[in-house]
Amino acid sequence: MADIGLGHYLSVAAILFSIGMAGIFLNRKNVIVILMSIELMLLAVNINLVAFSQFLGDLTGQVFAFMVLTVAAAEAAVGLAILVAYFRNRGDIAVEDANLMKN
Amino acid sequence: MSIAEFAFYVFAGVAILSAVMVVASKNPVHSVLFLISAFIAAAGLFVLMGAEYLAMLLIVVYVGAVAVLFLFVVMMLDVNFVEMKQGFLQYLPIGGALALVVVFELILVVSVWAFPSDAELALAHPSPTAAETVANPDGPNNIEALGLILYTDYVHYFQIAGVVLLVAMIGAIILTFRTREGVKTQDPAKQVARRREEGVELIDIKPGQGLS
Repeated sequence: MADIGLGHYLSVAAILFSIGMAGIFLNRKNVIVILMSIELMLLAVNINLVAFSQFLGDLTGQVFAFMVLTVAAAEAAVGLAILVAYFRNRGDIAVEDANLMKN
Repeated sequence: MSIAEFAFYVFAGVAILSAVMVVASKNPVHSVLFLISAFIAAAGLFVLMGAEYLAMLLIVVYVGAVAVLFLFVVMMLDVNFVEMKQGFLQYLPIGGALALVVVFELILVVSVWAFPSDAELALAHPSPTAAETVANPDGPNNIEALGLILYTDYVHYFQIAGVVLLVAMIGAIILTFRTREGVKTQDPAKQVARRREEGVELIDIKPGQGLS
């Protein structure tokens, strides 16, 4: 790794995180793409953790990335289950009028 | 430009382009496929950094499980996705501006980041670099070193991760579980509890009449 340093990896992670954040703003009607954007943001966080861990020479960051991976998988499973249950009740997945708890 | 540099720029470019396409693609199925591409590129970046175990974990868990789960759900829901894309352009200025601001700020911070070279860094768990593993193949490599601390110092975190996955599994099953009416299923308890008097009836048929 001649010139590729910590800053390069952190920059890639920052760009990925921002794209995920923009995705949440742009796809406000489509919950599935919002969930995918959250996955992208978690991936960016993982890249950050692994980059710091590797360039510091300490494995603790990778253990932490492992935990983030676990939580991301659990979040995807529960989020999609909620989505399927919502679709069964409503017949669509438009989140704009998701006010079942209110009424 | 060395091979490592070239590989970094390829993986980084693929990851960023795929991420853009995840957000911008009209068809959610395409979004999921681009998400898979982004994860594979990120796994390549992990390998470049020397975190081989997490790279393989990313491919197995994300591409093998999470992305396929997304694909199942996208294909299962009968929704007009073209209609959902409306409002994309309406929010593009504010969303794009916000993303640019955040990426500018983050890169401003991280591009000048450096660990203090003179200070003594307290390393709790030194990580074997790729060069060390090549020089000493019998020594602990990335996955071995990770296992040595994951099952000892961080065993409680490991078990909590298991509990998180268990809770998520039970939650997902309960959320999507439904009992259907009119499905013919076996009830073993009912079968065992059945007695002779309920099942067999003796009928005295008179000759030449038959059963009515």
